[in-house]
Amino acid sequence: MTDTTELWTIILALGLGSFGLRFAFLGLVGDRAMPAWVLRHLRYTAVAVIPALVAPLVLWPTATGGEPDATRLAAAAATFAVGYLTKNVFAAMGVGATVLVTLSTLF
Amino acid sequence: MAAGTAMSSYWRGVRDGLPFLAVVGPFAMLFGVLATEAGLAVHETMGFSIVVIAGAAQFTALQLLNENAPTLVVIASALAVNLRMAMYSASITPYLGPLPLWKRGIAAYFLVDQTYAQSVLEYERNPDQTTSEKFAYFLGVMTPICPPWYVFTLLGAVLGESIPANLGLDFALPIAFLAMIGPMLRTPAHRIAALVSVVLALAFAWLPFNAGLLVAGLGGMIAGAQAETRLGITP
Repeated sequence: MTDTTELWTIILALGLGSFGLRFAFLGLVGDRAMPAWVLRHLRYTAVAVIPALVAPLVLWPTATGGEPDATRLAAAAATFAVGYLTKNVFAAMGVGATVLVTLSTLF
Repeated sequence: MAAGTAMSSYWRGVRDGLPFLAVVGPFAMLFGVLATEAGLAVHETMGFSIVVIAGAAQFTALQLLNENAPTLVVIASALAVNLRMAMYSASITPYLGPLPLWKRGIAAYFLVDQTYAQSVLEYERNPDQTTSEKFAYFLGVMTPICPPWYVFTLLGAVLGESIPANLGLDFALPIAFLAMIGPMLRTPAHRIAALVSVVLALAFAWLPFNAGLLVAGLGGMIAGAQAETRLGITP
């Protein structure tokens, strides 16, 4: 295992780097007006990054060694459908978790 | 009066952030367990969760430490996983930018996937809030997410190997994010952005250092902005 100095170098570098990434725009741009075309792209950040983060995890779960898994696909579909139809995050998470737990117990 | 509305925004944030506790708790505990198994002391494990406070990057660093990767590779890879935070920072700036610098610093430290996505969802739903109400809401969402991240890391690190590392917890994170995507798809432009990003994420999943995520994120943003202009959608 890595020695203590090296480990804390990693922890501090990651901490500084992560904070730098998070502070980059919030800190430096602040309330200066950004051009309309920049704002137009930023409006779609969440809806572009979060699905991209999730899609590979749903299709190729690490727990199954990257093999698509019917239980996880069903839970994912249920979660998304309930969220889309009800606009309720909590209901979607509840239904998704229930489907996941029920199907994993049954099969 | 102003303090009163900020207070109610805070509690609304706490309420909306609470469901994420069900995800953050097990996920943080898993990190604590795996870090202990990798040979990290409790204070080193806590150092990760408090200083870095980024789940995916922490797991990436841990994985590479286990493989005895060079220090520089560990740092570069984990930071690459966190590059999306710069996009979050840019995206939340129109809402929280007018805050004093120290408050923006606090918001930046607590800017993680869940606090970001939930807050932006709320800001788009209720655009008429004052900046202090928006900040109070952000702190509210953060309360049941970030402090529990520390506490449950500690719990995992202390209880260590008595917890089985595989309880199907791996899928708690995808479920939490999937639940947020539905309510985000408000206009055809949002739906097009999401669709393009999913296709690109799957097509470029083979790229190293999580670069596929950045390609998909940028592609989705461009698709959304193009759709907005061409279809004449009011955001």
